[in-house]
Amino acid sequence: MSAALDDIPLKQRLAARGVDGLTLLVVPAVIFLLLLFIYPFLYGLVLSFNPKHGGAFANYSRFFSDSFLYGTIATTLWLALPVTLLTLVFAVPIAFRVRLLQRQRLLTTLLVIPITLGTVLVAQGLLAYLGPQGWFNRSLMWIGLISTPIKLLHNYWGVMLSLVITGFPFTFLLTLSYLSGIDPALEKAAATLGAGPWERFKHILFPLLLPGLAITFCLSFVQAFSVFPSAVLLGAPAGPTRVISIAAYQAAFEEYDYSLASAIAMIMGMVQLSIVVLVLSLRGLLYRGPAGGGKG
Amino acid sequence: MVADTRLSTKIWAAANWALIGFFLLNLLAMIATVITSSFATRWLGTWFPAGWTTRWYYSAWSEFQLSDVLTVTFQIVFLVVLLSGLIGVPAAYALARRDFPGKKIVMLLFLLPLLVPPITYGIPLATVLYKLGLAGQMSGVVLANLVPTVPFVILVMIPFIEQIDTKIEAAARVFGANTFKLFIHVLLPLLMPGILAALLLVLVRTIAMFELTFLTAGPTSQTLVVALYYAVFAAGVRAVQSIDAMAVIYMVTTLVWLVIALRFVNPTQIVGGGGRR
Repeated sequence: MSAALDDIPLKQRLAARGVDGLTLLVVPAVIFLLLLFIYPFLYGLVLSFNPKHGGAFANYSRFFSDSFLYGTIATTLWLALPVTLLTLVFAVPIAFRVRLLQRQRLLTTLLVIPITLGTVLVAQGLLAYLGPQGWFNRSLMWIGLISTPIKLLHNYWGVMLSLVITGFPFTFLLTLSYLSGIDPALEKAAATLGAGPWERFKHILFPLLLPGLAITFCLSFVQAFSVFPSAVLLGAPAGPTRVISIAAYQAAFEEYDYSLASAIAMIMGMVQLSIVVLVLSLRGLLYRGPAGGGKG
Repeated sequence: MVADTRLSTKIWAAANWALIGFFLLNLLAMIATVITSSFATRWLGTWFPAGWTTRWYYSAWSEFQLSDVLTVTFQIVFLVVLLSGLIGVPAAYALARRDFPGKKIVMLLFLLPLLVPPITYGIPLATVLYKLGLAGQMSGVVLANLVPTVPFVILVMIPFIEQIDTKIEAAARVFGANTFKLFIHVLLPLLMPGILAALLLVLVRTIAMFELTFLTAGPTSQTLVVALYYAVFAAGVRAVQSIDAMAVIYMVTTLVWLVIALRFVNPTQIVGGGGRR
């Protein structure tokens, strides 16, 4: 470099802060997401304040004064929260069991199958399987547990079951991966000191797993919250399972009121994000040290 | 593992297995119902159908123009996989290797599309794409599907890249490799398992992605899952068995790719490589 320059060249100063040619590789992805995620989101936000009729807040006041619309929030939460909790309650013991197996691959693959089915096939399958003449009701009547078929379709339970089936593999895999991140030496140490399985779970594994479970909760909740096709196909989309995404879809593609649809999408995002933030801030109160070996 | 032979432990284990068994039994029975129905001549109010046939597959194939739908599906999926790899992998490399001002914000930008449901940003995104005249076409569907897959590739790839020793790259540099050569001859071969895993998962995800495709697709740019939804939604027009045949074709399509993916990755990496954190 020339001696005339007293300052360190700009390139070098940037490099010292971590910005060089290689860092620029991140730029295309950032531009892409700014254009196709942030821009549409802001566009939708602005659009939601420019309703077809009335002042800036007309969409929002319409949403919160019409029980057919604001009721969808409660309906969605009433589906998404129990489903998320239920899949977690199932996933934790099953992950603990699978972790102990030598050959986990076959079982894991079987448990993961619902990922490949897609909500539509699950809906189609449940319609036939749980129907009044389906194998499920038929078997229960054959055993003698029930005398008339249980009604599990076109109501809350149909949607609930389909969400559990499609949501479980995801929850299970996340739980399993967090669990395998915990160093087995910690558990062995506790066992050497005389702790039984329940004590080891309560005092060692569960506290270490809890931060991971919080993340799992959030990601599973996001999936359950956005339920759409199964709520239409398996539920009662005009009544008990009229979830918020149905309201948003109808506003956009049946009434062609993109402004109202954007407002509903924004409300949906806010409700869902506030729960995620709540869970994540509760997670902040938990133990956050290393759970793995030295590798971290 | 720690051996334990107490009765309570055994009961707990049995309860666990019962739960796994119950879930799998119902799941497989549900799938079997669809498969049985797709081969059934007439199936009303009995344990098994009156007869067996394969004609529903032929009728599904012609009725739903499945060859067109499958072509479109694979064109869209291939483009999404290719583009998300091209955009995502370099970005993941930069994020794994460099600390720069604003990195936290960039990470948040990549996390957000995975933390909000597709339909939330899908509706404004579809509105923008319709305004630009891209929605209803294949390009619009591809762009919409890239929104979650690019961040997905980045988040899956970061831990993979972090595992590679920087000394290997330094050695290549010493021998005079520039960034491009380094990438082709050193990084790409080392990262190949990770890239394959990430892209196969993008593939499975994109085949299954309903909301974004549904919101942006036109009549000629529907993927299999959306065509299937319309078929079920307009039920009554078409024979149930024919829809079931289509559902089976869909299941086989994704299952094949998932099984291939599982040969390259540990199943626990599927959901986002978040395991290490």
